[in-house]
Amino acid sequence: MAHPGPPDEDAILALGQRLEKTQKPAGLTLAGEDAVLDLSGALWLPAHRTLVVSDLHLEKGSAYAARSGQFLPPYDTRETLANLHEAVLRHDPARVVALGDSFHDARGPERMEPGDRAMVAALQEGRDWVWIAGNHDAAVQEGVGGRYADTLTLGALTLRHEPVPGAAPGEVAGHLHPCGKVAMRGRAVRRRCFVSDGARLVMPAFGAFTGGLNVRDKAFDPLFPEGFTAHLLGDGRVFAIGRQMLARD
Amino acid sequence: MAPTGAGKTLAGFLPSLVALSGTKASQRKGLHTLYVSPLKALAVDIARNLEAPVTEMGLPVRVETRTGDTPAHKRTRQIARPPDILLTTPEQLALLIAHREASDLLANLRCVILDELHALVTSKRGDLLSLALARLHRLSPGLTAIGLSATVREPDELRRYLMPQAPLPPPSAGKGGPRVSEGRSGQSPAERGPTAPTEAAAFVKTAPVPEAGLPSPDPLRAPPSPAEGGGGGAGMADLVVVKGGAAPDLRMLESNRPLPLAGHTAHQSMPAIYELIRQHRTVLVFVNTRLQAEYTFQELWRLNDDVLPIALHHGSLDAQQRRRVEAAMAAGQLRAIVCTATLDLGIDWGDVDLVVNIGAPKGASRIMQRIGRANHRMDEPSKAYLVPANRFEILECRAALDAVEAAAQDTPDARTGALDVLAQHVLGMACADAFDPLQLYEEIVSAAPYTGLTWEDFEAVVDYVATGGYALRAYERFAKILRGPDGLWRVRDARTAQQYRMNIGTIVESAKVKVRLVRSVRAKPGTILPKTGRVLGEIEEDFAETLTVGDTFLFSGEVLRFEGLMEDEAMVTRAGPGTDPAIPSYAGSKFPLSTFLAARVRALIADPFEWDRLPKQVADYLVQQRSRSVLPGPRDLLVETYPRAKRYYLSAFPFEGRLAHQTLGMLLTRRLERASLRPLGFAANDYGLAVWMTRDISEAIAREPGFLAELFAQDMLGDDLEAWLAESAMMKRTFRQCAVIAGLIERRHPGQKKTGRQVTISTDLVYDVLRKHQPDHLLLRAARQDAATGLLDVRRLGMMLERIQGRIIHRALDRVSPLSVSVMLEIGREKVYGEGADEILAEAEAQLLEEALG
Repeated sequence: MAHPGPPDEDAILALGQRLEKTQKPAGLTLAGEDAVLDLSGALWLPAHRTLVVSDLHLEKGSAYAARSGQFLPPYDTRETLANLHEAVLRHDPARVVALGDSFHDARGPERMEPGDRAMVAALQEGRDWVWIAGNHDAAVQEGVGGRYADTLTLGALTLRHEPVPGAAPGEVAGHLHPCGKVAMRGRAVRRRCFVSDGARLVMPAFGAFTGGLNVRDKAFDPLFPEGFTAHLLGDGRVFAIGRQMLARD
Repeated sequence: MAPTGAGKTLAGFLPSLVALSGTKASQRKGLHTLYVSPLKALAVDIARNLEAPVTEMGLPVRVETRTGDTPAHKRTRQIARPPDILLTTPEQLALLIAHREASDLLANLRCVILDELHALVTSKRGDLLSLALARLHRLSPGLTAIGLSATVREPDELRRYLMPQAPLPPPSAGKGGPRVSEGRSGQSPAERGPTAPTEAAAFVKTAPVPEAGLPSPDPLRAPPSPAEGGGGGAGMADLVVVKGGAAPDLRMLESNRPLPLAGHTAHQSMPAIYELIRQHRTVLVFVNTRLQAEYTFQELWRLNDDVLPIALHHGSLDAQQRRRVEAAMAAGQLRAIVCTATLDLGIDWGDVDLVVNIGAPKGASRIMQRIGRANHRMDEPSKAYLVPANRFEILECRAALDAVEAAAQDTPDARTGALDVLAQHVLGMACADAFDPLQLYEEIVSAAPYTGLTWEDFEAVVDYVATGGYALRAYERFAKILRGPDGLWRVRDARTAQQYRMNIGTIVESAKVKVRLVRSVRAKPGTILPKTGRVLGEIEEDFAETLTVGDTFLFSGEVLRFEGLMEDEAMVTRAGPGTDPAIPSYAGSKFPLSTFLAARVRALIADPFEWDRLPKQVADYLVQQRSRSVLPGPRDLLVETYPRAKRYYLSAFPFEGRLAHQTLGMLLTRRLERASLRPLGFAANDYGLAVWMTRDISEAIAREPGFLAELFAQDMLGDDLEAWLAESAMMKRTFRQCAVIAGLIERRHPGQKKTGRQVTISTDLVYDVLRKHQPDHLLLRAARQDAATGLLDVRRLGMMLERIQGRIIHRALDRVSPLSVSVMLEIGREKVYGEGADEILAEAEAQLLEEALG
């Protein structure tokens, strides 16, 4: 079976145009910097022409299959990369930052299929690519291109994997996989979300197979002592929802 | 003879008993007769009823049951030393024919009896059973197949089901290498090979009205000899019709209080129902959903000043509690049982003298079945009441009464065999023995639901079982069967065979969570003492996920307060006395209105001369509708548009059942979106649907001739449907069920830790990927086939769109019409899984904005 390769560019562009029409970009100001919340879960920093994605957890499916025999189809990597490819086409960034836990485990890059590896290389071409170290992939990875860093500073923003306790103005982090749940009239909707109080931002996991932690979990309390707004990724756009409207699991 | 439930079923055993009593035990070779029933409990019940006469007459016949409850040592013994008559279920039969010893065990089988066949053939279980039957016919040429059925619309379909529809290959697997396929040659049954002639008979009980139009009014008789068999044409079993006795005494419960326009609780009628219970020995109160059952049970107890023993029975209750209710009923200790379809099928516990059906009957044949639960003696009339819960249901009840009087039937059409079921069967056959693909194909197309199966589709199924198809080619362990150098396929290893046995069957339960009663620590809200209380039963995970802490809902006859989810259990406390359940659980019917009843309802509405036969409140209502808008003709589609509270509404009344209307609602919403009318949502019931939007649709229709015709054009079932299916949660759920049946993912078993969410995520992802990369994958095709008739009812929608071409009647109104009010009342009541998530989010967002601005 031939590897399907990246999706058809025309189709992606058409999709992009359609989305542009229907979707007003959800934006926020973070420590004085403009930030655009992409419906895919990526963060676009226009001033730095930088696209940030967090917690890709590539090769999670193969990790499960290898370890436990628990079946997960071998498509998560491809799916995640296809989504990333679409986001890259939408914004044409000069730099892409993968905010840690890019691979589910240290041996992830080895297990990657050649086709997926080629897709990563294609995405990296002509742009700066930074792998931020995460707790799943702390060791420096070989053979997947890009450069490595523990943190990255862009203007007023500090990009790192795990949010630090206490106040951290300008911090953009991942790690927690935030999800918000809205329950109303006997229906509940649970979605990945960005969480921010205007000073710091926690990004949703971008990976296809990633679970989520409810933002009402106490893990978020020390990060946002004054409360926060969750930006839930809906089907058609991003929705800004106040903490009091969010339900626990 | 036993007074209840004995006639039809025991008659089916007579030929076997006669044959067995004529042969010495020592001369018998293996199993003589198999009996298959849709319910485990029914098989056990029949065994009891059969053993009594066998013992009384001193017949040397061994009768045993084989169900999921049969202990392992007994199962092993049954294979080594089979009884003469074995009573079992379709799933157990599938396991039996997949057994390594199956060909020895079943080679001398003389007779197979399929009970409640009408109920089995309409589902995937019927597909599975048909494949097993084909294998039985092949293993034991000359086998007699007997079907026992209630009256059905097309008895010929059952007659075909019992007989091989194509010549069968010889019993043992061939040893030849792979042969070049020629597809199915056009052999007719007349050209059949050396197999012995096969006998079969369908026993059908007629409706108790002479002009039922069924061919044979003869009394019960033994299966015919081959010479007189096949009277209905090639490949059909003989038909034996048993005439029923007295006509049923069926009435509508008239209420002098006005009924609401919507809703399904029938609370106005509860005092009358309670009075009926007081006047009868034992009353079965049927409702359509579990939630209606809960509500009704509670309302009846509220009225129960006499403290009559009234019990509750539905599938979500703890099994032990159900068994207690069943035992009490059999012992005649109960005066009434509020129950759902779990008691639909032919178990006859106790002496029921009245059946009450709350809510619309939904189908004429279904209501006949339920009525049949009362007074099972043929010479006395069954007595039953239909209780409409709203004004529309009065129409439906009237239509059902007319249908029953005319002995009209609306049982569904025969099925086309499902591919996921076939995949399961193919693996099972590999577990039994190495198979030659061509011979297995010939065997499979002899089963009535699979006669149309092409060789290519069969190959695709075998390929799927062999590799998982493209999706799973990467995982070697999903290669479940291997082809040897001799061209035969074999099961891969013992573990795969074990997996097959653990995952048999076609009934896929939605993920459930246990409901556990716990004590709450009042001083510290939100703190509960886990795992201290007892388990009340189970609720669907989907429902549990919609609950937030503090929500109250009805379960097990009590108002419960949701305290949180803990692993796979929902923790609840008892709500304080007088608390009303807050969650407006969807209480509509699980079954869509049958096409047949829908047509009768449309005809009733269209003909004012018929209105005399309706209660005055309904007639008045129709008169009002006629003066304010219009009443559509029997083949027309009425569309009304009107403004209300800054929104613009479109209502349509196809009368095609809730499922078809939901699908229509989704598709209309897409089209209105494209027409820039900005639709916000829709609601549907069994009779019609309403879509609301922010732009004036009446104006759009006036401006653009042909707008409505285009909106309802048949091509919505093309691209729009495809695009919607891509993201439809219902389609994903359908896919998940196919994936379980076809063995792509394993069922959850008791004791297994919660992996349901994981399974959901992975099947949803497989679904998305397959749609993108392999849209013709076997499982997608199976899911689409299901969607056509199942949750989405696309087929029926298609028929409706065709019917209404050029027959749309539009009225632009200033305000909502009487007819439209009934649908409007569904708004906010209905729960459509996974759709319109953005609306909910937008609403939550709007509240943030309001706070920000206010």
